Amino acid sequence: MRPLSQTQLMLRRFRAHRLGMVGACILGVMYLVVILAPFIAPTDYLQQRRNYVNHPPTRIRWFDHEGRFHWRPFVYRTVRSRDPITLEVTWEEDHSVKYPIYFLVRGPSYRLFGLEANLHLFGVDQESGGQLFLFGTDRFGRDVFSRTLYGGRVTLSVGVFGIVLSLVIGVVMGGISGYYGGAVDNLIQRFIELLRSFPRIPLWLALSMILPANWSSVKVYFGVVTILSLLDWTGVARVVRGQFLNLRTKEFVESARALGVGDMGIIFRHILPNIMSYLVVTATLSFPGMIIGESSISFLGLGIKEPMTSWGLLLKDAQSMDVLLMQPWLMIPGFFIIAAVLAFNFMGDALRDAFDPFVSKASF
Amino acid sequence: MLNYIVRRLVTMIPMMVLISILCFTVIKLQPGDFTTQFLTDPRITPEMVHQIRTRLGLDKPPHMQYLTWVKGILTSGDFGYSFAYKRPVGELIWERMGWTVAVAGATIVFTWIVAIPIGIFSATHKYSFMDYLLTLLGFIGVSIPSFFLALLLMYLSLHLGGTAVGGLFSQQYIGAPWSWAKFVDLLRHLWIPVIAIGLSGAAGLIRLMRANLLDVLGTQYVMTARAKGLSARTVIYKHAVRNAINPLISIFGMQLPELISGTIIASIVLNLPTMGPFFYDALINSDQYLVMTFLMMSALLMLVGNLLADILLAWSDPRIRYN
Repeated sequence: MRPLSQTQLMLRRFRAHRLGMVGACILGVMYLVVILAPFIAPTDYLQQRRNYVNHPPTRIRWFDHEGRFHWRPFVYRTVRSRDPITLEVTWEEDHSVKYPIYFLVRGPSYRLFGLEANLHLFGVDQESGGQLFLFGTDRFGRDVFSRTLYGGRVTLSVGVFGIVLSLVIGVVMGGISGYYGGAVDNLIQRFIELLRSFPRIPLWLALSMILPANWSSVKVYFGVVTILSLLDWTGVARVVRGQFLNLRTKEFVESARALGVGDMGIIFRHILPNIMSYLVVTATLSFPGMIIGESSISFLGLGIKEPMTSWGLLLKDAQSMDVLLMQPWLMIPGFFIIAAVLAFNFMGDALRDAFDPFVSKASF
Repeated sequence: MLNYIVRRLVTMIPMMVLISILCFTVIKLQPGDFTTQFLTDPRITPEMVHQIRTRLGLDKPPHMQYLTWVKGILTSGDFGYSFAYKRPVGELIWERMGWTVAVAGATIVFTWIVAIPIGIFSATHKYSFMDYLLTLLGFIGVSIPSFFLALLLMYLSLHLGGTAVGGLFSQQYIGAPWSWAKFVDLLRHLWIPVIAIGLSGAAGLIRLMRANLLDVLGTQYVMTARAKGLSARTVIYKHAVRNAINPLISIFGMQLPELISGTIIASIVLNLPTMGPFFYDALINSDQYLVMTFLMMSALLMLVGNLLADILLAWSDPRIRYN
């Protein structure tokens, strides 16, 4: 029998880690859903509906008001009424009009992978006036469910781009520091210490003030990514430096040098492949910080800018006590932040255990 | 030891110089300054804006502004002047320092009092149902952003009929002299920010305490103690726990940045009279000396915190020597 390769052993150990697999599955679904957001979202996330402002989540029913069961779930039409004394707005169901929910319905058109389409995964017939707000609507009558999906695109991709950028900076700086050592190493290490001597949130906030107010939301998006990585790469650089210091004196590096391989060849062909596992673990465990960082600065109004939206920016609307009492559904996007961060933590822990050759059995 | 402390303090000086330069650069990179907001104000003419700039010293080149500021700190302890509040920055920050330290201190106490017993329980009941449950809760605890936890707690409290939401005191106690009733009122308000800021730190600490104690419980001296007939209780509390807590002291220093970040965000959400909302307003207004002093203070706090943690560790663990 052929012995298993190192990668196969790691994958096997990772699969044995139950929570890690749960995390990986959650993330798989999340990324798939946000990539397909235009198709899965029943409506356009920017469309404002003046008649459906602050609408609570629509109740999906299988039983009608007479108690009969329907195989196809449906929603009732909702009517707005105002309490004559308190002037409080309430939404009541009109039992005479039913809108069944269908799979694959035609709706607002969108572009996905360069294709123009108007097919949506599910929804009600919007031509006849049916409305389906799974997570309710905000103060402009925009559908919070659709906004959550589009916000997920931003929050989850900020993490990916941010990690890629901090990996690039971290590998270059850490690599130079560990490979060459001496004065350069000293200088880079002091610089890292300087950056790490700040609490992150205040410095992130101060840095995000640098983005000019007249920038478009796409520019601001990349600005936010850059700001997040500017403080995040130091963690990667420390790991890389430690590994370079360790590996550069090993026999295989010495023999490569004796054979006349140049510095770049040694770094890219011999040392980097050996620290891939450390990089994967560090990157996975950096995601939670990135996601929480983006959410926090967007929540405070200094990050992602409208019309783009993110999970943190969506929560900005839920900041006041009145909203918490009257429109609690605006807090729903927050649970997606928790789920994503939790899943990355599970996966990072599992990967760390799987890559550690000294752990025979994954704990927990 | 004294030698070591002095050496650490001396290396902090160049660090603080670099930190101040970094802070100043970050602020100067921001487009516009304090007077930008007046440009759109129809009541203020461009000449007046120019006059204000001159009066505030914003027309001078950046390095001159920086040097003037540093000179003020070194010669007279003057941290500059807040444009928005029209008062010295040192005074303003000092006023809010009290509540900031109080909230942060309460959070630290909460974190340790909750985390250590739970960590011990988890380790001594390894792989039991409760251990799995607590580990899962710990994972969730580290995954909730503090601002969202603050919102959730506010929501729950409001729905359970609570009135003590937001701020640190009820209306009637603001400005009232200290009394037992005022203290109780403070505690009724304080639990939300303390949990919101401290939960993730507590969750992390539980996991570390569990892992450390499990390591120690596997060592030979613990087995020897059991073998010579000591009760499980004595072995765990007198022998193992003491050694498992020691390495956690260095975590104390590492928790500080999270604590400061958490205090800022939770204070903005919950409207607490700490530095959080104050710093946020200063940032939005480009109140440059206020922002700089705040950033420097928080960096200094971290340097001092780390030093304290190291000293505490050396004091509690005689095996550690600094030479």
